[in-house]
Amino acid sequence: MSSLMAVYLREMLILRRRMARQVLAMSVTPLLYVLTFGLALGGGVRVGDRSYLEFLIPGLAAMSSMTQAFAIAGEINVARFYLHVFEEFQAAPVPRLSFVLGETLAGLTRAFLAVSVVLILGALFGVRLDYGAPFWAALSLNSLAFASLAVALAMLVKTHADQALLSNFIITPMAFLGGTFFPLDALPAWAGTALGLLPLSHASRAARAGAFGLPWEPGPYLCLLGAAVVFFLLALWAVAKARD
Amino acid sequence: MLKIENLRKSFGRVKALDGLSLEVAPGELFAFLGPNGAGKTTTIRILNGLSKMDSGRALINKVDILEDPLAVKRLCGLVAQHANLDGELTVMENLDVHGRLYGMPGPERKKRAAEFLAYVELEDRAGSLVKTLSGGMKRRLMIARALTHGPGLLFLDEPTAGLDPAIRRRIWALVKKINRSGVTVFLTTHYIEEAEFLASRVCFVNEGRVVAAASPREVMDGLGQWAVDVYGPEGSETSFFGDRTEAAAFIQSADGAGSIRRVNLEDAFLRLTGRRVG
Repeated sequence: MSSLMAVYLREMLILRRRMARQVLAMSVTPLLYVLTFGLALGGGVRVGDRSYLEFLIPGLAAMSSMTQAFAIAGEINVARFYLHVFEEFQAAPVPRLSFVLGETLAGLTRAFLAVSVVLILGALFGVRLDYGAPFWAALSLNSLAFASLAVALAMLVKTHADQALLSNFIITPMAFLGGTFFPLDALPAWAGTALGLLPLSHASRAARAGAFGLPWEPGPYLCLLGAAVVFFLLALWAVAKARD
Repeated sequence: MLKIENLRKSFGRVKALDGLSLEVAPGELFAFLGPNGAGKTTTIRILNGLSKMDSGRALINKVDILEDPLAVKRLCGLVAQHANLDGELTVMENLDVHGRLYGMPGPERKKRAAEFLAYVELEDRAGSLVKTLSGGMKRRLMIARALTHGPGLLFLDEPTAGLDPAIRRRIWALVKKINRSGVTVFLTTHYIEEAEFLASRVCFVNEGRVVAAASPREVMDGLGQWAVDVYGPEGSETSFFGDRTEAAAFIQSADGAGSIRRVNLEDAFLRLTGRRVG
């Protein structure tokens, strides 16, 4: 427990030091999406009985939770390849479980911060939805899944450049295809089915359902939970592999 | 305190360790001396759980490092070759995170951190961000950090590499002080004078194997007291003498084209391996 707290505390101390620029950085991309897609392109568009901006904000929250939870990979990478602080964790009596839990919780915290930024941004543009337990539960599971995936991949890559490539191949496509910007049922059936398998698609769907006050469906939550468990186990395995 | 038997480790086709065996007794200041690539850092990395061995066995305080790695890690402190500190954290925060990693309770963590900051003379920098410290201060902080949880065995991997001579001397004094307090020190270095000054026993390692292990004096025994380096068109050649008069006479006979100095560990290493340490 103490070592878990040490891993988490270290990430939080760094986050606190960078808080102002971090919040600013977390605001830029959602703001651009709100301005370009939400207001300029989608100003007159309606999705079902909602304005496009109302449709967009929960999707952006899901996307931000994914990108910021996954961003923990970059921090681990720097700690591993540049600062060599990761060696301090390897040399200490820290069980793998503590390390992975500490890092995924740090990813979850970053994700919550990013989601809060999106919700505040939405509120500034007049979007007020139901951000209750179902909404946060969906985003928590999504964040845990992607933070775990981030830990796993950060342990498996050999260079910082590899890490950037993984973000390009996994996170960027998922951000655009995971139901953030358009409803998947507007696509041809095969495409909708294929993209519906992505974890972010489940997160977007569950977050929207929660935010719109629709009846709770267990399916997306179970899929996200499954992804989180698989990625967490992968992370545990990958930490052991990280020794040369 | 430490026993290594037939340790082997390869990186692809390169044999980093080729059946390395050695023992370190409690309380020793043990210098592991060899040129770059000899296997020093690989040995330390394996003993501290940063690398996996291919085969062999290592025991620390009679505990096999593979059988109970977490217990072994509690017994050891590591000062790595790189300054692996968090620059964006303060000096005290770095120590606090370390204490938590080793499961130290809050009051003890604070007390020991303050104690060891004073020990390395950094108490006035407790609130400074680590990125504002000089190289020598960072190295002292790393030493304080490695001692905070009270290890019985301290690994120092090239602790003075890249530091200027004055700071190097300060670190040496600190290492001596740590050893006198009862901590066994395992030091890797490729600085001859560092090993000579600090070590109660030196171990020469070359191409992943131990070449010799004895006190600095014993290792140099048999070479004499004085060395003369004569510089010729094909490089320098060293000859050894029992007393200074003989050495001076030798220089005279070589038309004075040589220099006289005390025999050192590098001479012993050169004699044993045909290679220089530095």
